[in-house]
Amino acid sequence: MIEISHVCKSFPDQKQQDLHVLRDISLTVEQGDIYGIIGLSGAGKSTLLRLIGLLDTPTSGTITVNGKNLASLNAREKIDYYRTIGTVFQGYNLLMQRTVADNVAFPLKLSKWEKSKIDSRVKELLELVSLSDKASAYPAQLSGGQKQRVAIARALATHPQLLLCDEPTSALDSLTTQSILDLLSDINRRLGVTIVIITHEIGVVRKICNKVAVLEGGHLVDNGLVSDIIAHQNHEITRKFFGKEEV
Amino acid sequence: MAFLETYGSLLLTETGKTLIMTFIPAIISYLVGIPLGVLVYVTFPGMNSIAPNKPLSTTLDYGINITRSIPFIVLLVAIIPFTKLVAGTFIGVKGAIVPLTIAAIPFVARMVQGSLSELDKGVVESARAMGATNSQIIFHVLLPESLPSLVRGMSITTINLLGYTAMAGTVGAGGLGDVAIRYGFHRYQGDVMLATIIILVVLVQIIQAIFDLIARKIDKSK
Repeated sequence: MIEISHVCKSFPDQKQQDLHVLRDISLTVEQGDIYGIIGLSGAGKSTLLRLIGLLDTPTSGTITVNGKNLASLNAREKIDYYRTIGTVFQGYNLLMQRTVADNVAFPLKLSKWEKSKIDSRVKELLELVSLSDKASAYPAQLSGGQKQRVAIARALATHPQLLLCDEPTSALDSLTTQSILDLLSDINRRLGVTIVIITHEIGVVRKICNKVAVLEGGHLVDNGLVSDIIAHQNHEITRKFFGKEEV
Repeated sequence: MAFLETYGSLLLTETGKTLIMTFIPAIISYLVGIPLGVLVYVTFPGMNSIAPNKPLSTTLDYGINITRSIPFIVLLVAIIPFTKLVAGTFIGVKGAIVPLTIAAIPFVARMVQGSLSELDKGVVESARAMGATNSQIIFHVLLPESLPSLVRGMSITTINLLGYTAMAGTVGAGGLGDVAIRYGFHRYQGDVMLATIIILVVLVQIIQAIFDLIARKIDKSK
């Protein structure tokens, strides 16, 4: 579903020297995967997700999603692409002046859905994330976990096939993290949505991911099935992440 | 009581003029200043910029700074030909409204730009990630999300304008500031000056209270 091929990304720094954030990354995400991308802060994982989400473009290399090279999309196709993916952020990024229902309806309004269709879709989504009773509440009145549920409902509104999650549980306590992860794996199983999830918490990978990529200093040091990576632990950083806990 | 009999109607008329010279420029400057402030904000180049355009952004930035650096009393005189062209006259309330508006527009643009900059960049980015077009970002995200902050800015603009109207006396526009200078300063009538100050204090309190109330009512983020 996603083919990342020899992707590099660098940003010019103050001295006009390129800061290499990603170096020669290649990996494949299959339909139905819950693909974890793990690394310490500064490893380049958020940048990689931004490239997949087309919020930024690679310096070199190609990213192909469902057979389409992202670099070749024109303005119109870009907007269509955005509407086939959903993104969930660590900071929720909800509209603070709108109700929960309006937040979930927002991407549908952007896509110019009919009012009656929007209403029924919003109802359905709030049921999915167990927040039907909060439809007319404002985000400021919700807990962190509830806000992230709203963000997930919003990301799923337009029936995306791909859900990108940028540290979705990093701001949440462990109990809330569990319930959000349960929700994500439920969405993956029931709706068949492919999920790419960025995290620095190994517990997230262990709990819901079937595959994982380990990033360190912009390099892809290891990737594959979670069970294989745990079994082999070929690299220092992998041992650091997986070694602490019993398999 | 005798004081009110002598000066009551004068103070009432001049208060009315002050309010006209405050609110008409306030309304017009917002009609122009909001689009201008949005344009300055969205064209500013940089990471996560919505519609970066360096030449336009630099031009607007300098234009706003230049207009803002002219002292109001100088602006009032300097643009007399323009004022005559727009209002037909450069004296009286009508003549004062034009320079007051011109002075307020760049101020409002900066206030609007400031309100928009306070917004969480992540919210704009997530709208982009949902496929929002630039105009959808402006009308569905930037403006509604910063509305409470914009309203708070309106109280600052309006009260500033109220202060500026005092200088409009220079072109014979009248108003409370003019009364305070003519009666209180030139004729040593301290009681008249005190009365105008009391009225101005009350006006400022009322304006501030109304805008604060509106901002609190509409702000759902707290």
